[in-house]
Amino acid sequence: MYKIESKNVDFYYGPSQALKNINIAIRSNTVTALIGPSGCGKSTYLRLFNRMNDLIDDIKISGQVMIDGEDIYGKGINVDSLRKNVGMVFQKPNPFPKTIFENVAYGLRVNGIKDKKFIEERVETSIKQVVLWDEVKDKLKKSAFELSGGQQQRLCIARALAIQPSVILMDEPTSALDPISTAKVEELIYELKAKYTIVIVTHNMQQAGRVSDRTAFFYLGELVEYDETKKLFTNPKQERTQNYITGRFG
Amino acid sequence: MINEIKITKRKKRNQAIAFWIFRLLSYSIVAILFIILSFIVYKGASVINWGFITKMPEEGMTKGGIYPAIIGTLCLVAGSMVFAFPVGVLAAIYMNEYVKDGIIKKIIKQMTNNLAGIPSIVFGLFGMSLFVNKLHFGDSILAGSLTLGLLALPVVIRTTEEALKAVDNTFRQASLGLGASKWQTTSKVVLPIAFPNIITGLILSIGRVSGETAPILFTVAAYFLPKLPTSIFDQAMALPYHLYVISTSGTNIEESRPIAYGTALVLIIIVLIANLLANGLRKYFGKKVKMN
Repeated sequence: MYKIESKNVDFYYGPSQALKNINIAIRSNTVTALIGPSGCGKSTYLRLFNRMNDLIDDIKISGQVMIDGEDIYGKGINVDSLRKNVGMVFQKPNPFPKTIFENVAYGLRVNGIKDKKFIEERVETSIKQVVLWDEVKDKLKKSAFELSGGQQQRLCIARALAIQPSVILMDEPTSALDPISTAKVEELIYELKAKYTIVIVTHNMQQAGRVSDRTAFFYLGELVEYDETKKLFTNPKQERTQNYITGRFG
Repeated sequence: MINEIKITKRKKRNQAIAFWIFRLLSYSIVAILFIILSFIVYKGASVINWGFITKMPEEGMTKGGIYPAIIGTLCLVAGSMVFAFPVGVLAAIYMNEYVKDGIIKKIIKQMTNNLAGIPSIVFGLFGMSLFVNKLHFGDSILAGSLTLGLLALPVVIRTTEEALKAVDNTFRQASLGLGASKWQTTSKVVLPIAFPNIITGLILSIGRVSGETAPILFTVAAYFLPKLPTSIFDQAMALPYHLYVISTSGTNIEESRPIAYGTALVLIIIVLIANLLANGLRKYFGKKVKMN
């Protein structure tokens, strides 16, 4: 069974159609990269999976988006628990104005967990998962703003991991980072694959090539091609894909 | 070649002229403020002493102090903030975080703006008919505070809204993305970030409220009341009204002139202290937000 599946998904912002009949199936424990020029709909598509688009007024969606075989836009879906299961990391590192510890503990606290020992354990495990523990273990009570940009982004990933999601969405997670921090985050993505299903939007095609198993190329709201990353980059079926990955447009 | 040098020279000259005009204008603002302040200080400083701020007015307000007026103004400022701050902040939260864009939001917004445009004397009349007469609060600190609170409301709402708008949307998304509810997101993430700027709204409205005369004219202000209020249902003297009284209808206007300037100076100092205090608070909370 597929972890994530979208069937005939159309999406509208007011009168303009942002996604046209998107069909994608994603297996567990893989990294899927969404690429394409600005405005192609890849970010919109990513945000369908945790219903982040719901925050925008005047949107319309049709078709089915399934996670673990359940239609997440169906009746009786609890959006809060969906979002607990589908973590998200954003373009710019956006730690809350709280301590390093409280940033990671936040997701647990808002979900009603009070057990102090459990929270401490989860925080430590999550920070260790993003390989940040040695850098911050002595300053957990300090503000998260004292960390560098790359450290902040890893902290934001830890924050998402703390509530034990099974899917992680990443919206251009390294576009605000320097090359060394980028490399660290990419390495992390590769490691996290063992436990999570990851969908990543990226503008950087080398990055898509490095971290992902499969790649989807979006153009003007359409899914042009979806294939194994290696195939898509070396031997694309569509001319538009070929033109985009060789830099002829976009 | 020569032409080019000429053009460069002219560009430089024009720029210099423009900058000098801007500079002059901005300096003149500072100068005006400085002149007003030094005028008040020059005229009023001589009467200011410990007795002036701790004693009751004496001999038809030509001697003695302005203690009850100071206390009255402080009570009114505090009372109006107790009313306007929570109501205004909650209204702004509702408008910015909960209501979808549309006709209702537009109406509320327009009404808030209209409220800000109403002359303060009209607030006074309204306060008198509603709080003093209809609700039987009488001429009282309660009625005056509520009237002043209404006046401060639009300022509080608008500045709070601006403060909330300035909070980057990804903070909200990150919180919601972790399964937090809208209220958890607002109270635990958005408000703490916006708080230092919300305090600015408080400063602005304190400044406005403490100097208003018209709204308290029919709702609380006493012409001459040489004792302190003991409850919120008492009348009270207030600095701006006291200033008005001794400059226009006192027993001996000429003789009480220095007291008028002294009163003005005290009023200005109170506003100044409130601003400094609130500024300090803003900095303190700004730091604290990052620490928690």
